[in-house]
Amino acid sequence: MSFEGLPRGSAAKKQSFLERTYFPEIIRGLVVTMRHLVKNILHTSEMPTMQYPEEKRVYGERFRGRHRLMQREDGSPRCVACQMCSTACPADCITIEAAEHPDPEIEKYPASFQIDLLRCVYCGLCEEACPCDAIRMDTGIYEIAADSRSSFVVDKDFLLNNTTEGTL
Amino acid sequence: MTIVYESLAKIGFMFAVIMGMVVVLIWMERKGAAFIQDRTGPNRASIAGIRLAGLIHPVADVFKLLFKEDVAPANRHRALYNMAPWLVMTVALSTYAVIPFGDFLTVAGRRIPLVVANLDVGMLYILAVASLGTYGIVMAGWAANNKFTFLGGMRATAQMISYEINMGLALLGLMLVFGSLRVTDIAAGQADLIWGFLPKWGVVVQPVGFLLFLTTVYAETNRNPFDLPEGESEIVAGYHLEYSSLKFALFFMAEYAHMVIGAALIATLYFGGYQVPWLPRPALEEHAGLLLTLLLAGTALVSVLISVAFLRRAGRERGKFGDARDREPGMGAGLWLIIALAALAGLLQNPWHIGPSGAEAFASFIQIGAFLAKLVFFAWLFIWVRWTLPRFRYDQLMHVGWKIMLPLGVANLLVTALVMALV
Repeated sequence: MSFEGLPRGSAAKKQSFLERTYFPEIIRGLVVTMRHLVKNILHTSEMPTMQYPEEKRVYGERFRGRHRLMQREDGSPRCVACQMCSTACPADCITIEAAEHPDPEIEKYPASFQIDLLRCVYCGLCEEACPCDAIRMDTGIYEIAADSRSSFVVDKDFLLNNTTEGTL
Repeated sequence: MTIVYESLAKIGFMFAVIMGMVVVLIWMERKGAAFIQDRTGPNRASIAGIRLAGLIHPVADVFKLLFKEDVAPANRHRALYNMAPWLVMTVALSTYAVIPFGDFLTVAGRRIPLVVANLDVGMLYILAVASLGTYGIVMAGWAANNKFTFLGGMRATAQMISYEINMGLALLGLMLVFGSLRVTDIAAGQADLIWGFLPKWGVVVQPVGFLLFLTTVYAETNRNPFDLPEGESEIVAGYHLEYSSLKFALFFMAEYAHMVIGAALIATLYFGGYQVPWLPRPALEEHAGLLLTLLLAGTALVSVLISVAFLRRAGRERGKFGDARDREPGMGAGLWLIIALAALAGLLQNPWHIGPSGAEAFASFIQIGAFLAKLVFFAWLFIWVRWTLPRFRYDQLMHVGWKIMLPLGVANLLVTALVMALV
């Protein structure tokens, strides 16, 4: 659709007499809408509407879905509780409680790691901030529903085992 | 006693037509709007997996509204608040009394005129009852004690005052041409031909009057582009803002019932009513055999074509949903095939020789069918216009009503009177 030829600002085009009688222009408008109607009745399957939930949109690989926490080889979280993500988070939705890690090589680990999915704005800044690639938003999950507000606050265990399967 | 039964049967028929049309119009509105806007529209509600292209939705809506909680504002005027939706609905239903939906039907040797009340002041009755509808809207707007509903009611009043005059002027021209206030006379007068080829429809003899009447009917039914009393972008929902549940359903259905009246009036007064163009009643009766044969053959052919289209869709979309909805195309094909077979069975009964009484009944039913077809077309025009035009601004509404339509109506009346005096 182009906007060329439309009047700029308030200097509207002067209407001809026929245009000012309304009816010819109304009929032109009716023809436009009828064209859409007939086209859509004859080619219903070509309509852009998606029949969700039977059909689902395929998003790009870089789509930011629900978060997950990465695991080390032994299954413990990669996260070192450095608070970089919760500092970067513009929605302030990440709450981390740090604790001392038994392994002297590793300084800290998250005793609890909570994300409030209702506050999250899915900006991806936590991914960017993380120094050890512990939090990712690559699950592709966008259907997030629950019965209560409290169940949107997800904890460490949930985020560690977060796959594309399963719902909240 | 017979006349009472006859009247009750006619009232029942008209009531069934209106209520059926209300359901169909809600469906047409939602589906038509969707298709005009490149969407698919309602297609979810189903009975045993059969969705009828969304026709179940109006039924589901009615049940939903019946069972919803009736939330009402605390400071309402109770009596007026409760009365308003019923008044609107009653008025919407009562205009039909004077609209003929056919010429006559002979049942057991009695000629029954197909109009509920053949008033000799039918046109005045239409004008009087049509303006009563605004009372319900104003009452609703006032009684809800809310500034938005009040604004809606005020807009309805101002609009009604401005456009009622134009409606009267447009109808005066028509009354002059047909020389009667009786709606049945006007409908019957439109059977003739002018110069042997042009049907003497109201739209032909009163083209300017028709445009005026069409515009005013849109204004009186509060339909776009004249739906300022609702004006959802400015005054939330206008006069029915504070209504919910069954009372809202009544307002909603009354709007569509008004549309059916509007369409019936346009069809009756300006498009020949029940008259089939170029086939007046005697011609219909004379050629009944030929017409019936053609009609049955055409029905059979079209039904077979639709059935084949459904079958092709069934093949194309096999297992598309994986549930009961997959049976729909097959059932559609079966249904249309049954219609085709019924038409073919009718053809085998030798419809060419249906005899004089059969021809008479055939002519009556064809005329009722013609009326209903025109009704559906003009009802669709309401919907079509709604999804094409934006709403008028308030000053534009007043400008069009008083400065353009009123002089035009007076001029049309004068010219008509002059022509009628000279011819």
